[in-house]
Amino acid sequence: MTEQSIVGGRTISLPMSKALEISLRSLKIRFGRSLITTSGIILAIAFLMSVWSQNEIIGSLRAANKSELNLALQKNGVETLTAEGADVSVEAQARLAEENSKQTWLISLSLLVCVVGIANAMLMSVTERFREIGTMKCLGALDSFIIKLFLLESTFQGLAGTIIGIFVGLLMTLTLALLDYGAFVFEYFPVGGILRSATAAIVSGTLLSLIGAMMPAYKAAKMEPVEAMRSDS
Amino acid sequence: MTETTTTPTGVAQAEHNEGDEEKRTVVRTQGVKKIYKMGGIEVHALRGVDLEIYTGEYLSIMGPSGSGKSTFFNMVGGLDKPTEGKVYIDEVDVAQLDAYELAWLRCRKIGYIFQSFNLIPVMTALENVTLPMVFAGLTSDESRDKGMALLKKVGLGERYSHKPNELSGGQQQRVAVARALANDPAVVLADEPTGNLDLKTGTEIIELLREMNETQGVTIISATHDHKMLSVSDRVVWIKDGQKERVALRKDLEIETVHVEGE
Repeated sequence: MTEQSIVGGRTISLPMSKALEISLRSLKIRFGRSLITTSGIILAIAFLMSVWSQNEIIGSLRAANKSELNLALQKNGVETLTAEGADVSVEAQARLAEENSKQTWLISLSLLVCVVGIANAMLMSVTERFREIGTMKCLGALDSFIIKLFLLESTFQGLAGTIIGIFVGLLMTLTLALLDYGAFVFEYFPVGGILRSATAAIVSGTLLSLIGAMMPAYKAAKMEPVEAMRSDS
Repeated sequence: MTETTTTPTGVAQAEHNEGDEEKRTVVRTQGVKKIYKMGGIEVHALRGVDLEIYTGEYLSIMGPSGSGKSTFFNMVGGLDKPTEGKVYIDEVDVAQLDAYELAWLRCRKIGYIFQSFNLIPVMTALENVTLPMVFAGLTSDESRDKGMALLKKVGLGERYSHKPNELSGGQQQRVAVARALANDPAVVLADEPTGNLDLKTGTEIIELLREMNETQGVTIISATHDHKMLSVSDRVVWIKDGQKERVALRKDLEIETVHVEGE
């Protein structure tokens, strides 16, 4: 083997489909544990989605500015528009802003907890599979392949959890809104706003899973193939 | 302990026997030293080992644990780099390679067999065998055909669709042997390949390795303390205290054994 033949080997196409296949199967075989990780994402996204969709629905009901609806809104502590359609008073606006910032804080916290949970679960997954990773590296897997494997795994987990979380959150908000405002909710259902929120939730859920998996994936990729030789564990 | 280890003879007496046909070196180590730093103390795992391993030979590395045997074995397999000295695999200096080239070397030039089999649990026997081919860039058709042929060769043609946990230890190690041969490597490294197997299956695996060595011309380097290995090895290297203590050819070992038994 000469130096040239090594360089000639650089044309290897990276087996993306293989990485996809392995990561999906790894998820399947560890379904129970990945379910627990996923449930963390489900809860965080459900919370996010319920807050967002509630804002959308209330906003849409307020904009309708119907007298009977305004009564119900006021009962729930929502400032309604005046008869002329003008917006709320200065002090009410200040109260609204304060509530919003409180909401943002809560959402950020729940998402942060979610990322930490994902990172923790992925780290465990990496530690559990030290020998498997070492073996793959002995067989010629590149660092990038290992990173791909773990990022894909986490992304799938995140995507599944996010989609379930969106439905859970939406369902929760919808039930509560129906109890408070009845059929008006359907009459003034903000389809566009809900879709926007759902898209934003999918993007953030998937992104969070990716961020959470970055450090564990890097750790896995930097592992020495000698680890495969260890017979204990 | 058997007779062979209790009769110390001169070091390296058998390394360069005259009259042998010309041999091609596949792995060469030159004054390999390895120093580990543990809590401020320097541990000399290897103290300068020179060895040449030839194409087509079956070499066993023996030595007690802590002798540096594993360290030396890992060097020869391109899994570890020496602190001092050189390791050449197929005339390439391992220390000069970057991460990508090392992965290439491990993929194409070296086949690994582990004590605990190390098959990927989520993959079938066939997929385990073809994984190194995927890394080497073979198409799925090519690798499937080659993988099936290899599985047949190790006697598991019927079990290609089984997952590792549906196979016995001996069968798993057979799959591992097939996987090690996937990319027609220059050397196959076997780290205690019989360590997790019972006597009978262990013997079968040794016979399989020997058969692959004889029929396919595969170079096999094995680290072991299994004395069953001695009888099939062309050459045995003993490592002790980080140094090459002794090298013996099989024919000399046989004479020794007879000699000791005759006493």
